[in-house]
Amino acid sequence: MNAPSITTAAQTQAVTRSFDLNAALKDAFKTTLITLGLSIPILAYRTDQAGADLFLTPRWGLVAIVCAIVFGLRLVLHAFTASRAYGKATPSARQATEAVHATPSAFQHVSRFALPMFLGVALFFPLIIYLIQGGLTESRYWVDLGILILTYVMLGWGLNIVVGLAGLLDLGYVAFYAVGAYTYALLSTTFGLSFWICLPLAGILAAFWGMILGFPVLRLRGDYLAIVTLAFGEIIRLVLINWVDVTGGGAGISSIPRATFFGIPFTAGEGGFAQTFGLEFNSMHRMIFFYYLILALALITNFVTMRLRKLPVGRAWEALREDEIACRSLGINTTNTKLTAFAIGAMFGGFAGSFFAVRQGFVSPESFNFLESAIILAIVVLGGMGSQIGVAIAAIVLVGGPEILRNLTFLQSVFGAGFDPNEYRLLLFGIGMVAMMVWRPRGLISEREPSVILKERKAISGSLVKEGHG
Amino acid sequence: MSTAGANIAMQNPQASTSRQPLLSVRGVKTYYGNIIALKGVDMDVNEGEIVTLIGANGAGKSTLMMTIFGNPRAREGTITYQGQDITRMPTHEIARLSIAQSPEGRRIFPRMTVYENLQMGASMNNLQYFDQDLERVCTLFPRLKERLQQRGGTLSGGEQQMLAIARALMSRPKLLLLDEPSLGLAPLIVKQIFQIIKELNERDGMTVFLVEQNAYHALKLAHRGYVMVTGNITMSGTGKDLLNDPQVRAAYLEGGHH
Repeated sequence: MNAPSITTAAQTQAVTRSFDLNAALKDAFKTTLITLGLSIPILAYRTDQAGADLFLTPRWGLVAIVCAIVFGLRLVLHAFTASRAYGKATPSARQATEAVHATPSAFQHVSRFALPMFLGVALFFPLIIYLIQGGLTESRYWVDLGILILTYVMLGWGLNIVVGLAGLLDLGYVAFYAVGAYTYALLSTTFGLSFWICLPLAGILAAFWGMILGFPVLRLRGDYLAIVTLAFGEIIRLVLINWVDVTGGGAGISSIPRATFFGIPFTAGEGGFAQTFGLEFNSMHRMIFFYYLILALALITNFVTMRLRKLPVGRAWEALREDEIACRSLGINTTNTKLTAFAIGAMFGGFAGSFFAVRQGFVSPESFNFLESAIILAIVVLGGMGSQIGVAIAAIVLVGGPEILRNLTFLQSVFGAGFDPNEYRLLLFGIGMVAMMVWRPRGLISEREPSVILKERKAISGSLVKEGHG
Repeated sequence: MSTAGANIAMQNPQASTSRQPLLSVRGVKTYYGNIIALKGVDMDVNEGEIVTLIGANGAGKSTLMMTIFGNPRAREGTITYQGQDITRMPTHEIARLSIAQSPEGRRIFPRMTVYENLQMGASMNNLQYFDQDLERVCTLFPRLKERLQQRGGTLSGGEQQMLAIARALMSRPKLLLLDEPSLGLAPLIVKQIFQIIKELNERDGMTVFLVEQNAYHALKLAHRGYVMVTGNITMSGTGKDLLNDPQVRAAYLEGGHH
C-alpha cells in the first residue's frame, strides 16, 4: 500500500541462491586433509601390549570413517550457512505484512513434489520392496515396518483433528485406540462378527467414548484438559487390566480371528486366497493385504479431515483453537464443536485400533500404555499441529527412525563390537526433540494452509503469527 | 433518529410495540466471584440509534457489554432484546438473535485468513448471503479487500479492528455491539472507523451500542450516551448534552479534542 513493497526491494537485491559447490567441496577437502594429518599421530595406530612387547595395530579404517564424517559435516555446514545467508537476504514470507508472491511457503515447497511422491511410494511400496529384496518372504520385515508406520500415520491424523485443528490437548488418545482394538477383539471372539462389520462398530464405540470423555472436560483448556485426558487414558487401561471377566485382564485376548480378503481367508488350502487367485501360497499375501488396508484407512482419515476443514464444522474447530470467546460471540456452539472434534478424532482412533487387533491377532492392555499416547502426540506436535503432510513425515521419522537405527551395524566397527545403536534410541530421540525446539519450534510444517484459496494459489504471508489473541 | 427508528420498527413486525427499546437492561448486577462489577445498571438502546457508554478504566463498561452477551451472566436483573428475555441464554444463542459483537481486543482469528475470518462471521447464516455480504463489507473496508488472502494476525491494528467489525457485520445483525474500536489506533484510523459506524447507522439503519474510552469522538457520533463510574450509570443524555456537560468535560475530555 503506502509503504514501499518489500518484494520489489528484495528483487533488486541480487542474491545468488545456489551456494558455490566447488568452493564448498574444496574447503571440505582441505578440512579433511587437516583431519587426516591430525589422525596419523592420534588415531591411526593403537598400541597393544602382549607380554613385554608393544605392538602397533593400524586402524586406518577408523581414520577413513572419521575423515568421511568431517568431510560430510563440513559440507553440511557450508550448505547451512549458505541457505541462511540466502534466507536473510530475502524477505521472509512470515515477516512481511503484505502477501509475498515470490516465495512459496514451506508447505507449498513440500506439497508440490512431496505429496505425489509420498503417495506414489506408499502405493507401490510392497512392489518396490519386492523388487529390491527379490522375494515376498524376504520383504516381510519391510512391509511389516510399512504397516507399523502407516498405523501411526493414521493415529497421528486422527489425533490431529483434536489437537491440531480444534486445539484441545489430548494426552489419552490411546484410550480410543484401545476401545477400537477391544471392540473388534471381543465382538469377533464372542459373537464371531467379521472384521468388516466390527470396523464401523469400533469407530462408533470409540466416538461414543470420545463424547463421554468430552462432556466432563468441556470447560477445561490447555494444561487442565491435558491432565484429565491423561487420566482418562489410564482409566481405560486399568479397566482393561482389572475387568478380568470380560477383557481377560493382563493376559489379554488371543486367537482373534484373522482378517479375510472380503470373505476369502488367507489359507493354504481349498478356497483360500492363493488358490482362488491361482497364486502360490505365501503368508505374505495377508501382510500385503494388511498394508493396503491400513493405507486405505489412513487415506480415508486424511480425506475426511481435509474435507471437514472446508466445511463449517472444520472451520469452527480451527476458530475454536484460535479464540474461544470470539467463537462464542459469533454464534458458534463451542460445546458441540468440541464434542464433534473429540468424537471424530476418537472414531479414527477406533478404526486404527480394530486394525491393530486384526493384524496382531492378540490384544492386551500392555499395548495401550501412556508411552503410546505420548508418541502419537509427539508425531502431531513435531509434524506441525494441523498439518497433514507434516504429521505423516513425523510418523515416518519417529516410528521408522528407531528401525533404521537398529540396522546401523557399521557403527560397531567404530565404537566396538558391543555397541548397540538401539540402546541410544531415546537419547537420539531427546536430541532430536531439542533440535526441533530450537529450529522449528512449531513443528516440521508449521504453516497453516488456508481452507479457501481465492483464484490462484499463492504464497500467504505471516504464518508464524502468534496463536490466541490477535 | 426517532423517525428512522420508527420506520424500521414498522418494517419489523417482531418488535412488539413500536415504543419498546430494542435492548433494555434493567437492574443488572454482575459479579466476578465475590467482587461486584456492575451494581445495578439500567440502560436502553432504541432501534436505529447509536448509543455510547463512556467511562474510565475499570468502570465496568466492557463487563456490561459482555454481560449483555451472557458471559459472564448477570446475577440479578434482566436483559431484554426485542421483547425476549436473554438474561439466562448461552452466548452463542444470543449471538444468533441478530446481535453481533466486536469484542474488546478485536479477537480476530490470527492464523486464519481474512476471508476465513469473514466466513466465520457468516457461519450462523450457513454462508447463505456470504457473497453478497462480502461485497458489501469490501466496499465498506476497501483495505480488507486487498488482504482477503492474508492471515488475520499479519494485519495492522487498524486493519484488525476493521476485520473485527466486518466479521461482526457478516451475520447481518440488527444490533451491533462495539467494544473500544478505537483502542490503540492512530487518530486517522479512528476517524475512519467512526465514519464507517456512522455510515452503517445512517444508511443501513443499524443500531449500534458503542463502548468507548475516546469520549469526545464517541459522544460526537452518538445520539445518546451513558457515563459509567465504578459499576453504576451516573449520567445519561444526548451526545451533545454530555459533550457540553462540565462534569463530563472535566472527567473525560480534559486533554483537549483530538
